[in-house]
Amino acid sequence: MRKRLWLILAVGVIALAFGVVGMMDRLRFGLLHVGYGTPIPWALWVVFYIYFIGLSAGAFLISSLVYVFGFKQYEAIGRIAVFTALVSLITALLFIWVDLGHMERFTEVFTRPGFHSPLAWIVWLYTAYFFLLVAEAWFLMRRSFARGARQGGLKGGLYRILALGTQEGTPADEARDMRIVRVLGSIGVPLAIAFHGGTGTVFAVTIARAYWYSGLFPLLFLVSALASGGALLTAVAAFIIPNGYQRHRELVISLGRLLLILLLVEVLMEVAEFLVSLYGTAPAHTAPIQEQLFGPNWWIFWMLGLIGAVGLPMLVLVTAGRRSGLAVGLVALLSAICFIGIRWNIVLPGFALPELPGLEYALVEPHLNYLARYTPTIMEWQVSAFAIGIALILFAVGYHLLPLEKEPSTETWQRQEVSR
Amino acid sequence: MPVEVETKSMTIRMLEDLHRALQKPLEERRWGMVIDLRKCVGCNACTVACKAENNTPPGVAYHVVIEEEIGQYPNVARRFLPRPCMQCEHPPCVKVCPVNATYRRPDGIVVIDYDVCIGCRYCLTACPYGARSFDFGDFYTAGHTPEVAAYDTNPSFEYGRLHQRLPGRLNQSPIGNARKCTFCIHRLEKGMLPACITTCLGGARIFGDLNDPKSLAAQMAASPRVVRLKEELGTEPSVYYLL
Ligand code: SF4
Ligand code: SF4
Repeated sequence: MRKRLWLILAVGVIALAFGVVGMMDRLRFGLLHVGYGTPIPWALWVVFYIYFIGLSAGAFLISSLVYVFGFKQYEAIGRIAVFTALVSLITALLFIWVDLGHMERFTEVFTRPGFHSPLAWIVWLYTAYFFLLVAEAWFLMRRSFARGARQGGLKGGLYRILALGTQEGTPADEARDMRIVRVLGSIGVPLAIAFHGGTGTVFAVTIARAYWYSGLFPLLFLVSALASGGALLTAVAAFIIPNGYQRHRELVISLGRLLLILLLVEVLMEVAEFLVSLYGTAPAHTAPIQEQLFGPNWWIFWMLGLIGAVGLPMLVLVTAGRRSGLAVGLVALLSAICFIGIRWNIVLPGFALPELPGLEYALVEPHLNYLARYTPTIMEWQVSAFAIGIALILFAVGYHLLPLEKEPSTETWQRQEVSR
Repeated sequence: MPVEVETKSMTIRMLEDLHRALQKPLEERRWGMVIDLRKCVGCNACTVACKAENNTPPGVAYHVVIEEEIGQYPNVARRFLPRPCMQCEHPPCVKVCPVNATYRRPDGIVVIDYDVCIGCRYCLTACPYGARSFDFGDFYTAGHTPEVAAYDTNPSFEYGRLHQRLPGRLNQSPIGNARKCTFCIHRLEKGMLPACITTCLGGARIFGDLNDPKSLAAQMAASPRVVRLKEELGTEPSVYYLL
């Protein structure tokens, strides 16, 4: 395994080890030891959930540039993008699962769905998307599995199983596979827009929270998904592919340009949201914005969101990032990580005000304290570390084992183009 | 002609209204509450009665009294706003539930099926009145004192069933569920008024069938002094306030 992957694996294992105690606490005591409560019913885990679901949607939509829209310059990261989307999706679902009061009942969303709830819709869409991702990944890689099955050892055995009887096939077969991938990808694009727009809709339909109740919200979700997913893939292309930022300099810089556009649109939408909300006098609209800008957690907006996720990356992308793949890779990594701050500020400010004025003084009890500031407990961090640990391990091991970097031969593509 | 003066106690009258309503089929009743803010003294007897009746744990508040100070010294006053669940006619909490665990009964009461609720807390974010709580598994004494007090583990009779919470069983409903005021359905069905109504010492709370024009509740709800909270959201609360 490559050094970089070892590093990711090691971080993953450490995170898992740190998190396992919290996870056991979660299973034994339920939600007793979380820092949130009735006044703030959705908190850190929901933040991570929308963060990872955004990464997944973003990564997938970028993969569709290759497989649906034929942007061949991104071909080198096509499979990686599909794989990253899958790992992020699994991580996101893990986060939302541990957040349920009754984890064992999650199947009810399938057996007795309430289709008037956007939450039911998106779970169905995630499921469809999961199967689609698996199918797409398989069609992308099955010929590589078949070829790789010839080698001995663990990998050979694994590939034999994963090939599911696929033969190596002729270039014509490969071209046919790519057509199937194209069809799957074409179904996936509206699906990804639906489930991620749908995730935004979960928030946007709650008339009780003026901060969320806006038609802009689902769109904002989509744009930030693309931006964060794009940033993550750029970082992967630059640093996980050996010498990626040099070997695929063109690709990385081009991804950087795409990222710049996405970040610009993100800024535009946030500015629109902030200005309109702040203009009025209704506290339900102004308080969530003021809370982000000047509240006790002001640094999340300024340091993570504004500088880390958006400002610094944009600055570098228009300067050094025009020539240096390394610079693009670094700021993309920074942006992908700091996007968590933007996610935090989507969820938490929604609870900036009690539902009725004065409710905060009516009754103060454990898990019912509107006056206390929410800070995640150790247990919440541990459970998060556990889930992220799983994500990192899945990524490192999967990346090591799967033929993700194999680039389809250009003839295959040309033949496909001709046959079309 | 002598004017006939009603001298009956309000409680007796509400009980009669209740029994009359119970004669009707479920779907013809529409339970509602009218709270006279001029009579409320802010004693919180209703809040305490609710806690005792439903054995709600710490952090689970079906009912609260919101206090507000208005005016500036020396012209100050306190205003009290008792807040049960509004039993909305168009409840946003019901619409968002991904598993249909919460629904509006034909008599207008919004209920939660503890055996179905997955504990996603979407309904908590959706309720505009903060009327829902999540049961995180807290106890008043267990974990804090050497002995677990009986009131911590006494069952509640919500929905006419026995629900027992035990400190060792933190994954068992209603722990891990959303919870809310039920207008004391379990009492109504036995011909008793909700606990907060019987206990109100200011006589500020009126309960009854809004579909029955003869009921005290329906008559009070028709007063021009009446307001409902956040009327603009279209939730159509079944709780009315007399200013
Ligand atoms: S007050 Fe809240 S909990 Fe009660 S019915 Fe209305 S929305 Fe639902
Ligand atoms: S917490 Fe329970 S009742 Fe509320 S929306 Fe979720 S599943 Fe439905």
